[in-house]
This record gives sequence, C-alpha cells and structure tokens, in this order.
Amino acid sequence: MSGFGQRLKDKIGSPSQWFGDLTRTPVWKSLFRHKLPTDPKNRALVVLTNVFLHLHPLRMRKQGMRISYTWCMGGISFFLFLSLTVTGILLMFYYRPTAQHAYPDMLDLMESASLGLMREMHRWAAHLMIITVWLHMLRVFLTGSYKPPREFNWVVGVLLMVLTLLFSFTGYLLPWDQLAMWAVTVGSNMARATPLMGVEGPGAQLMAIGDVPLITAGSDMRFVLLAGRFVGEGALLRFYVLHCLGIPFIFVILLSTHFWRVRRDGGISGPGKGGRLAL
Amino acid sequence: METIKHVINTLFAPQYLVTLVIIGLFLFYRYRRVVTQNKLVAYSILAAPVVFFAVSTLDPNFWVQFKRPDNVPIAGMMLLVLFFTWLALKKAVQNDDRIRDGRPVAEAEPEEEEKVFIWPDLVYTELICLLLVSILLTVWSIVIPAPLEEPANPQLTPNPSKAPWYFLGLQEILVYFDPWLAGVVIPTFIVIGLMAIPYIDTNPKGNGYYTFEERRSEILLFQFGFIVLWVTLIVLGTFLRGPNWNFFGPFETWDPHKVEALKNVNLSDYYYYWLLDQPKPEAPPDADVITQLWAIFRREFVGIFLVLGYFLALPPALVIFSKFFRKMFIKMGFMRYMVMTFLLLSMGLFPIKMIARWTVNLKYFISIPEWLLNF
Ligand code: HEM
Ligand code: HEM
Repeated sequence: MSGFGQRLKDKIGSPSQWFGDLTRTPVWKSLFRHKLPTDPKNRALVVLTNVFLHLHPLRMRKQGMRISYTWCMGGISFFLFLSLTVTGILLMFYYRPTAQHAYPDMLDLMESASLGLMREMHRWAAHLMIITVWLHMLRVFLTGSYKPPREFNWVVGVLLMVLTLLFSFTGYLLPWDQLAMWAVTVGSNMARATPLMGVEGPGAQLMAIGDVPLITAGSDMRFVLLAGRFVGEGALLRFYVLHCLGIPFIFVILLSTHFWRVRRDGGISGPGKGGRLAL
Repeated sequence: METIKHVINTLFAPQYLVTLVIIGLFLFYRYRRVVTQNKLVAYSILAAPVVFFAVSTLDPNFWVQFKRPDNVPIAGMMLLVLFFTWLALKKAVQNDDRIRDGRPVAEAEPEEEEKVFIWPDLVYTELICLLLVSILLTVWSIVIPAPLEEPANPQLTPNPSKAPWYFLGLQEILVYFDPWLAGVVIPTFIVIGLMAIPYIDTNPKGNGYYTFEERRSEILLFQFGFIVLWVTLIVLGTFLRGPNWNFFGPFETWDPHKVEALKNVNLSDYYYYWLLDQPKPEAPPDADVITQLWAIFRREFVGIFLVLGYFLALPPALVIFSKFFRKMFIKMGFMRYMVMTFLLLSMGLFPIKMIARWTVNLKYFISIPEWLLNF
C-alpha cells in the first residue's frame, strides 16, 4: 500500500514540481523569455522582456528607490489613474449622460448594480489622486528635481496636474445632482469674467463691430464651455465626452512623455557621483 | 469650554488664520532643528492636529461640517501636507549638518550610490504600495458612501454654492479680487508661474537631495504659495465659509440669516472723500469719449499710479537700492529677472490686498465699473 502511495505521490508530484513543469510548457516559454529571476542575468531579462516592467531601467541607484526620498507619490498617482480608468469604464456601462437618465442611473448604480462600490471607488480615488499629485509636486520641488536636466519634465508635470483637475471638474458634473450642478455653475461662472472674451469681463464692450456686440451671453467663453447659457444637457454631454475621451487622450500622451523623460533625464534625481557633494 | 470654543472660533477668522499659518510656517523653518530633532516637540506638532480633530468632533457644529463625505479628504490632506513638510525638513536638516561638516549628503553615501536590480527590490516595494492604496481605497469606499443630493434643479440655488473642493482656494480669493482676476487671470498665472520655476531658479545647488540652507528663499517662497495661499485657503473655503460665503468659526452653526455689514471702500473714496473732502471728478453723461476717459483717469489716478509703480518701477528700484536684488539681477540677466519679479510681485498682491482689506477695508485699488475693470 505504502509503495503504491509513494508511486502515486511521485506521479502527482509537488506544487513546486508542477510549477517546474508549467515553466517547461511551450505556452509558458512563449510568454516569458527568461528563467526565474534569481540570478543577475534573469533579473535583468525579467525587466527587459516585460512591456510593463520595462518602464523601469534594469538597475538603479539605491537612493532613488527609497520611499523616504520619492514618497512614492508619482507611482501612487499613476496607480490611482489606472484604478480610475478601470472603475470609470465600468461606470460607463451603466451611465447615460442625459438629463433624463443621469440621476436615476446614479441611484441604480448605488442601490442595485452588482458592483455597487464602483462609484465610491471612482470618486474617492479621484479626490485622493489630486492630493497625491500635489504631494508629488511638493517632493519634486523639495528635492530640487526640476533643476537641469529635468526642467522640461517639470513642465509636463504641471500640465498633468492641470489635466487631473480638469478630469475631476468634468467628472463632478456627471452625477447630475444639486451638488454637481451648482459646483459646476460656480466654477464656470468664472469664464463669464474672462477679459475680452466673457460678457462680464473687462473690455468685453470693446469687442464689437459698430453697434453689434461680438461677446454676448450666447457667444462668450462660458457659452463655449457649457454649450449653453446655463448648466444644462449640452454641458452634461460636453463634460461627459471630455471626461471619458478627450482628457484621457491628452493625459495618456503627456503621461508617456513624463515617464519617458524620467528615464531619458537620467532616472530619479540624485546628488550625482563625483559632484561636490559626493566628495 | 464655551470660552475656549469662542476663542478658537475667533482665531479661525480669515485674518487671524492666515496670519497664524504664516507665523507657524516661519517658526517651523526658523526652529527647524528643534522641530525635527527633539522627539517630544516633533510628535506634539504632528499629533496636535489629530488631537484637535478628534476632540472637536465632539462638538455638533464641527461634526456637521467635518462629516460631509467630500470634506474627509481635505482633513487627510492637511495631515499629509504637515507630515511630508516635516519629513522633508528633517532630512534637509540632517543634510545641512553634513554639508557643514564637509561630509557627503545622505543621498550621496557610497551605499546609496550603489546600483541595485529593479527586480526584486523596487518591484516589491511598488507591489506593497499598490496593495496598501487598494486596501485604503476599498475600506474608504465601504465606510463612506459617495454623496448624492437632490436631482439637479436650475431653479433652486443652494446657499452656499461651492465649487469643487480643490478650487475653493480660488473661490476664497473672490473675497479679495473680482472674478476676472480670481477666476481667470490668477489661475493662468499660477500655471504659468509653476511652469516657469525651473527656468527662473538658477541656483545650481540642492539638485537631487533634501536641503534647506542651500535654497532658503526658494523653499520658503514655494511653501508660502502652497501652504498659505493654496492649502490654507482651501481649508478656509471648505470648513469655515457658510451661507452667503460668510465666515463661521469651526464651532459655530451655519446661520443663513447672518448679515455682515458691507463697509468696504475704494482707494478713490479714501482719496477724494477722506483726504481732499470733495466729490470725485465726473464727466457729464453726454460728454465725448476723451472727456470721459480723462474723468475716469482723474478719478482713479492714485490707484493707477500705485499699481503701475508696483509692477513697473519696483523691479528696477530694487536693483538700484537693494544689494541682494542687484546681485540677483547680475546673475540672472534682464529677461529672467523681469519675469521673476513680475511673478513674485503678482504673488505679493495677495497678502497686500488681504492686509489692506483687513485693516482699512479697502475694496479696490482701481475701480472702473464702466469697463467692468476692478483691481
Ligand atoms: C479614462 C478614465 C476615466 C473614465 C472612463 C471615467 C468615467 C467616468 C464616468 C462614466 C463617470 C460618471 C459616473 C459617476 O458619476 O459616478 C465619472 C465620474 C467621475 N469621475 Fe471619472 N473617469 C475617468 C477618469 C477620471 C479621473 C482621472 C478623475 C479625477 C482625477 C475622475 C474623476 C471623476 C469624478 C470626481 C466623478 C464624479 C463621481 C461621482 O460623484 O459619482 N475620473 N467618471
Ligand atoms: C498625474 C500626475 C503625475 C504622475 C502620474 C506622475 C508620475 C511620476 C512618476 C511615477 C515619477 C517617478 C518618480 C516619483 O515617483 O517620484 C515622476 C517623476 C517626476 N515628476 Fe511626475 N507625475 C505626475 C505629476 C507631476 C507634477 C504635477 C510635477 C511637477 C509639477 C511632476 C514632475 C516630475 C518630475 C520633475 C519628475 C522627475 C523627478 C526625479 O527625477 O526625481 N510630475 N512622476
């Protein structure tokens, strides 16, 4: 009996053997071009042959990896953006950007949809992302990482921050409740005061041909923003398209530039070998 | 208890709050060694706001504002900004000591310079960070439901109507500046000013490590902008502004019937009514354009000269009269110096206008309602 048990055991093998077998299958080999990352060669290959990990260099200075140096804030912002994309896409399945449906869809989402937390996840991740982006900027400033050669990446970062705020501002309207409508009303009222381009802005009267004013409540900056004289269905659609397509499109381009430049500018900043401070 | 609450309510009024934060920031950096190296002081400073929040939530008025789901992240942000400012300062102080002793900064120690493989070190750190953030987000989402108020109704204006929280700093600035400035020009300047930082700051030191002493003015200026003009004003706009954008202390009820006397006056009022004791110049309504322009100019000339002088005469004057700025001018060159002083002076307008409002109730330096141009 025990002989049989032993033979059976050999036949079935142990989890580590299963794993070994798995790594020898053609499918596995086609997926991963390296062995287990336990030696320098394979640790390098792991990063080199993986499209996600190759955002990173093979090796980097220890200091650049320290959480106490970068506070991990850029990485967390990125992760929150990914979470927002995933939850946002799930929300798009349920949500219809019309005055008739938007609010009832919200109620459904919270009460009966099977992924009932998606709205919460999306909203809180959005708030959190704004905070982490600000903290990321603070750390980049305090380590002087915007100084040469990273000037341009700071500029890209500022644009990313502006887009993050626009993301959140356009998203804020979508629940179509009182909070949303009036927050966006207050925000977009500002556009009315744009110098020369808003009805209540300084110099708007100057923008006229003869007696015909060019800037009216139906043609000023606020109208462009809201597709109407007040926050209505036109604004809802406009904000929805910007939120789910327009801004993500630009954001991803800038984000790729940002990451690419972190690498091209020599990786995470540091005092530099041989510099005065390395002594 | 009531007296304490009353004192705190008063201290949180805009004029005291902003002043106290500025003083606090100054003391924080001035006594940086004590703040970061004396454990007792350090922990008290970091724990104080937590204790304040915890105790204050016992007050029903405080709790009403604090528990709004959208306000929770702001309380978190305050604590995070405080903690990270402290952490950065702690590392900066250590590095400044090392630099003084002629040793390499901590980030330049030989073992820090050593190159390590991304796998496994960094990949695992990232994974752990990712897990922690996911857990935080899930727990937060389970505990606090996203707010959903009544359906949108264009006929029913809530009071107060507030912008999303991250713009409340700008909405707070509306108290001091007109919408064309607070809502359009100032945000544009903030973005342009931020983007200009790397091209203006020519100090080569402090690149890639924490330090304070090698970049004092840069850090103090940035923190003044970030902590005082941005974060503090957001907190003010969120927690302390109620119906009609009136101020309410943290332990006060938001009373929609509170009236505040409007007693703000323009600079031209001061000049003509108070100093000269005569009516302001005015053109007859049917006068031609030139006469009207001249009347407006005469009415507002004090403000116009002040503002023009501030932006155009002050930068060269500083070069002539201040050694510090002369050195800077020579180092930076004409263009860079002019751009920098313009941005700095724009930022300086905030405290100037705020103080003018708090002390002499100044409304506008220049007020030309004919063109909707108030400054
Ligand atoms: C490509 C990525 C994204 C997609 C497809 C997306 C999609 C959506 C959709 C469909 C809604 C409406 C549902 C709802 O209101 O709950 C929404 C709401 C919202 N989004 Fe996004 N989103 C994305 C990224 C972001 C980002 C990056 C932010 C902020 C930084 C953001 C902030 C918000 C906010 C604040 C709301 C309102 C949430 C609420 O109260 O329900 N979104 N988004
Ligand atoms: C959506 C927003 C952003 C994302 C996802 C992001 C992501 C990242 C990541 C992952 C890094 C690597 C180092 C680190 O984590 O600290 C980084 C570096 C950097 N970021 Fe950002 N960032 C964003 C916004 C910003 C902003 C607002 C600024 C500045 C105003 C900025 C300026 C920089 C600079 C200069 C570096 C290089 C730092 C160094 O080498 O030490 N980024 N960013």
